Amino acid sequence: MQRHLQPVPLLVALAMLTIMAFFVALAVGSVHLPLRGVIEALGGGADPLTRTLVLQLRLPRAVTAFATGGLLALAGALMQVLLRNPLADPYILGVSGGAAAGALTSLLLGLAGIWVSGSAFVGALVSTLMVFALAHGRGGWTPTRLLLTGIVVAFGWGAVISLLLILSNNASLRGMLFWLMGDLSYRGSGWLPLAVVSAGLAVCLPFARHLNVLARGETLAEALGIAVRPFTIAIYIGASLFTAVAVTEAGAIGFVGLVIPHMLRLVSGSDHRTLLPGAVLLGGSLLLLADTLARTIVAPQQLPVGIVTAAIGVPIFLYLLNRARGPL
Amino acid sequence: MNELEIHALTVSIAGKYVCRELSLALHAGTCLGLLGGNGAGKTTLLHTLAGLRAPDSGEILLHGAPLAALPRRRIAQQLGLLMQQQEDSLPASVLETALIGRHPHIEFWRWESHADVNIARRALKMVGLDGLEQRMQTQLSGGERRRLAIATVLTQDPHLFLLDEPAHQLDLHHQLALLRHFAALAREQGRVIIMSLHDVNLAARFCNRVLMLFGAGETLCGDSTETLTAGNLSRLYQTPVAPLHWAGGTVFVPDQAREADRT
Repeated sequence: MQRHLQPVPLLVALAMLTIMAFFVALAVGSVHLPLRGVIEALGGGADPLTRTLVLQLRLPRAVTAFATGGLLALAGALMQVLLRNPLADPYILGVSGGAAAGALTSLLLGLAGIWVSGSAFVGALVSTLMVFALAHGRGGWTPTRLLLTGIVVAFGWGAVISLLLILSNNASLRGMLFWLMGDLSYRGSGWLPLAVVSAGLAVCLPFARHLNVLARGETLAEALGIAVRPFTIAIYIGASLFTAVAVTEAGAIGFVGLVIPHMLRLVSGSDHRTLLPGAVLLGGSLLLLADTLARTIVAPQQLPVGIVTAAIGVPIFLYLLNRARGPL
Repeated sequence: MNELEIHALTVSIAGKYVCRELSLALHAGTCLGLLGGNGAGKTTLLHTLAGLRAPDSGEILLHGAPLAALPRRRIAQQLGLLMQQQEDSLPASVLETALIGRHPHIEFWRWESHADVNIARRALKMVGLDGLEQRMQTQLSGGERRRLAIATVLTQDPHLFLLDEPAHQLDLHHQLALLRHFAALAREQGRVIIMSLHDVNLAARFCNRVLMLFGAGETLCGDSTETLTAGNLSRLYQTPVAPLHWAGGTVFVPDQAREADRT
């Protein structure tokens, strides 16, 4: 017998976790701010230094981290249903490989900022379209064909990435490695990914019951009245877009997209009406807390956030998995 | 009006005919047994009737409306399919799995109502899975999973049931209990059941009509009492079958004497 948390208390708890994570992220750093100062700064008060620190430096990065984590968790949940494979993650169809090849090429050419994220986004889209077209082949899309095509394409990108790393000079190598491990230190305003994750969740949520049905197999979903072909194509496009935006913002942050949906399935069951919003909140707060740690534990040095997500997430996930009775 | 009409239906798979120019009309209360050897195309025919694959030619009418022109959701409100195999790589509880049968009946923006949950609970009780509602479906035995799939199609509550080997994997008790239930749905509520079976005696007992697929597109359809004969069955399975009159009924068994003759 598996006892699951009820959806409403779970989502309330996750929303509170999110708010708490934001306050921690805004208060902690090279200068520690009191909670009161953070609240005042958010309201437009406080002294100019605190205001700059909170509104200009920490808030954009916090919003980016939260939105990226949310996007990855959402994309992971969608991919797992699309491929009906618990091992699926947002990168499984090669999106991150294409993005990395794009980003690393710009870094190699000494470009920065918008060029890096722009080429990452283009690389992600190219890879998505390539997998989608190649997987169809003569037989049509099946989860296995998509999966194998994605993995082989990702392998190809892996070779390109290795080549780019070999070709790079020492000056750009460090930036490239940071990008590959996931890095939130390039600060966009963060509002674009936040808008994408909010809109994405708003579009996916009404279809959550359809996802519950599709998770039980394509033929059954078709027999239960779902137009499977357009629906799966929409999921594929949506999940790839969310992943592309996340990768563009923060590089290839692993783990969040794979594990967050499973964590939620273990504690709250597999109804996607709870799972999708839960994944956005939990994925977002986990990445936000991880990034806060990444920029503080060895300050003034910064760690790639991917290392910290793994350090937090691996033990939590193993604990949950170990505690779960019976097969997943 | 007939619940299901088939006009000059030709279906083939991998270059082999399942049926050619097959015409049938099934009225309310029909329980049709679909018989045929391995690979004769029973599943293919059932999937075609469910609108999951297009026939080579011919037309299928569901309540007088061409199946090919109906939206999937409308079809699913009237027609339920029990598949031979079901995927279960992602976890879900027994009650959640049964409840997805309500999907075609629930409006886009709505959640399952108490009435929906009650329908699912009744179906789970019918298949003897009440008490296991919160169990993960991956923790069930093969036979229990099969009963869960049957509960899902009962929860869907369609007018027309297409059942692909409903007796498969079930113990004797559940075979009889569930087939009796489906036969009663046809007899008492005018539902239409089409089910593929490997046990001709179950077909003889529960079906009022029979459709035999001989392979190569040859078919035979008729009342079960007239069609289920030792001659037809021997030809269908290419194995000598003999009738055994017992307790006021007829039971078909492999004819051991003639089997020995042939070898």
